[in-house]
Amino acid sequence: MKQILLGNEAIVQGALEADVNFVSTYPGTPSSEIGNIFSKIAKDNGVYFEFSTNEKVALEAAIGASFSGLKSLVAMKNFGLNVCSDSLLPLCYTGTKAPMVIIVGDDPSCWSSAQSEENSRAFAYLAHIPILEPADSQEAKDFTKLAFEISERFNLPVIVRTTTRVAHQRMPVAINQQPCLAGRQAKLNTKHPKGEFIKNPHQFVTLPPRVLEMKQELLEKIEKLRELVEKSPANEASGSPTPTKLGIITSGVSYLHVMESLEELNLKLPVLKLGFFYPLPERKIKNFIRNPKEVLIVEELEGYLEKEITTLSKDMNPKLKIFGKNLLSPIGELTSTKVSFAISKILGKKYQLPKIEQVLPKRFPNPCLGCPHLVTFSVLKKLKSKDVIFGGDIGCYMMAGVPQYDVQDYLFSMGSSIGIGHGISKITKQKVVALIGDSTFFHAGIPALINTVFNKSNPLIIVLDNRTTAMTGHQTNPGIGKTGMGEETTELKPEEIAKACGVKNIKVIDPININEYENTIKEFLQKSDVSLIVARRICALLAKRQQK
Amino acid sequence: MNKIFNIIIAGVGGQGLVTLTQILAEAALIEGYDVKTSELHGLSQRGGSVETHIRFGKKAYTPLIDYGKADFILGLEIQEGLRMISFANKRTIFVINDNYFSYFNGLKKEEVYKRTKSLLKKRLYLIPASDVCKKELTNEVVSGIYLLGYCAFKKLIPLKSESILEAIRKVVPEKYLELNIKAFNLAKENG
Repeated sequence: MKQILLGNEAIVQGALEADVNFVSTYPGTPSSEIGNIFSKIAKDNGVYFEFSTNEKVALEAAIGASFSGLKSLVAMKNFGLNVCSDSLLPLCYTGTKAPMVIIVGDDPSCWSSAQSEENSRAFAYLAHIPILEPADSQEAKDFTKLAFEISERFNLPVIVRTTTRVAHQRMPVAINQQPCLAGRQAKLNTKHPKGEFIKNPHQFVTLPPRVLEMKQELLEKIEKLRELVEKSPANEASGSPTPTKLGIITSGVSYLHVMESLEELNLKLPVLKLGFFYPLPERKIKNFIRNPKEVLIVEELEGYLEKEITTLSKDMNPKLKIFGKNLLSPIGELTSTKVSFAISKILGKKYQLPKIEQVLPKRFPNPCLGCPHLVTFSVLKKLKSKDVIFGGDIGCYMMAGVPQYDVQDYLFSMGSSIGIGHGISKITKQKVVALIGDSTFFHAGIPALINTVFNKSNPLIIVLDNRTTAMTGHQTNPGIGKTGMGEETTELKPEEIAKACGVKNIKVIDPININEYENTIKEFLQKSDVSLIVARRICALLAKRQQK
Repeated sequence: MNKIFNIIIAGVGGQGLVTLTQILAEAALIEGYDVKTSELHGLSQRGGSVETHIRFGKKAYTPLIDYGKADFILGLEIQEGLRMISFANKRTIFVINDNYFSYFNGLKKEEVYKRTKSLLKKRLYLIPASDVCKKELTNEVVSGIYLLGYCAFKKLIPLKSESILEAIRKVVPEKYLELNIKAFNLAKENG
């Protein structure tokens, strides 16, 4: 049976077919739909699901589940991997008990990502963690299952790394069970799955000198895994069987661009598609580069494959000419046209890159009709001066930076509006207004808030509490009083947390009371210690949806 | 159909592009084609320009349509439809909703219409979908579906209207289904 699935839906389907029973996530484009779907279907499928406070906690929750014998899946965007890396590295040392798969969504071209065009594949080198790269929705499903199998066999966590064009691609996918979105046959046990933690400090405690033994065990596991990888059909050579001058090595969605390009140019060239980024099937690659005089490596962002293959070619085919990042930029996503240009260049053929016409001025993103952030932006706009610094953070309110408002003087990572604001307010006479959303505050704002009190600075922090994690599709968070499975839970209030952290100037305001809002901001900007406003009003889209 | 057919849908975040993309993908599958689509979520959806790509035929590899390769462009708003001109070639058909959303630093309405007509000329079908849907169905939200109906009944896209209707039944939630089917069929009556 074939069903059209989004890449992220296919991952959910793969995890269900692999009998996952614990799923945790922090939403982030392009991986958010994974959590959104589990939030709806977990209960009926005997799966425990949670939106965790941040990606580090999400990973740690899954580690706890794995150590207690449950099969787990963790999903996040690329930057989430940075957040959880502190626990990811030791996890590779201890290994998993029950299998664990981590889905990481990269975003070449930064379609929905501030901060950087991160290439998460680099974590393979840092953590010695196996990484698979699907090209399409079918592989997103198949590789998720394969990742669970590898994790089970080698007791290692495994990353399935997608990119925007994989995660948000739709295609017909062959599925084994009832489609997940229509609801899988409910299992007999629809209550939370239960596990048991069996004490084993030898495996779970990473103290030296044992930790160095663990590293040895990890490296040995990877060596054993190499044998499986060499034989895996996930790494597949295709195309012209007769030796040609030029061969192509590629991975992920770039493979699809390569195949499209070869069709456009009407060429038959050998293509090696690598499903595994780490560890690489070195023998297969060596075999592939034995004959051609030239090879083109087609990969998005930094040329990690190119570096590896350059090293491998030194013994195998020292005269091999390797093309890659000299023809395909490390910046921005690839397209089949870009690949056609590179191939044509190598073959000495002419290829005209298309002209891009800008016939209209750019339409920047804009807050939705009735968005409460609009009030904040217009109030802040009135305060604009060189002595008031506006700190931005990650969420819909980073639209404060679009030209029509232009009230964002720096923007980095989750929680950094407060952290950086502290540094500025500590050593300048300038005033800092740090914006932060409710979910972002819980995610990474609290340690930075504590730092402003502890180290005595005086930024004004405005928590834009729109009662949801809006940007990524209205997920619940610790301030809402509902879990990811819809159960009632304690509703945490940013103002109470701030009070407990020692903040003395605190006010909760409905931003539509614009005079009160403006006056409070002016008053708090005069304070010699840190102050915090909670601007609380529900996201306009969510309010509309709840009325329906 | 041997060749791949490339459709781009363009609009502003919130106009229901993803649903239209799903419908076209399902319709292509119903007709036995291979199909791939691409869309964007998150920041890119918030009130800014949004585009989705749909490719179907014997074998669709990449989900992305390259510049100059679109066969058909469906614009849910005039400026967003025109903006896709880099994806078009001399044969590309533009079906555009006669609907203008102003924006910061954007061009005036008259200038946009003038530019659109002079650049697209005979390739342009400017359809008052929003006005018709508002008037006849008191709901502008389904203007995208109305446009799909228009394209299907005028045979501007190589998918049968029955396949698209079947896809609509599959994709659209029960409570909005009747409205959507009405909007789709309305295009036939008005065509």
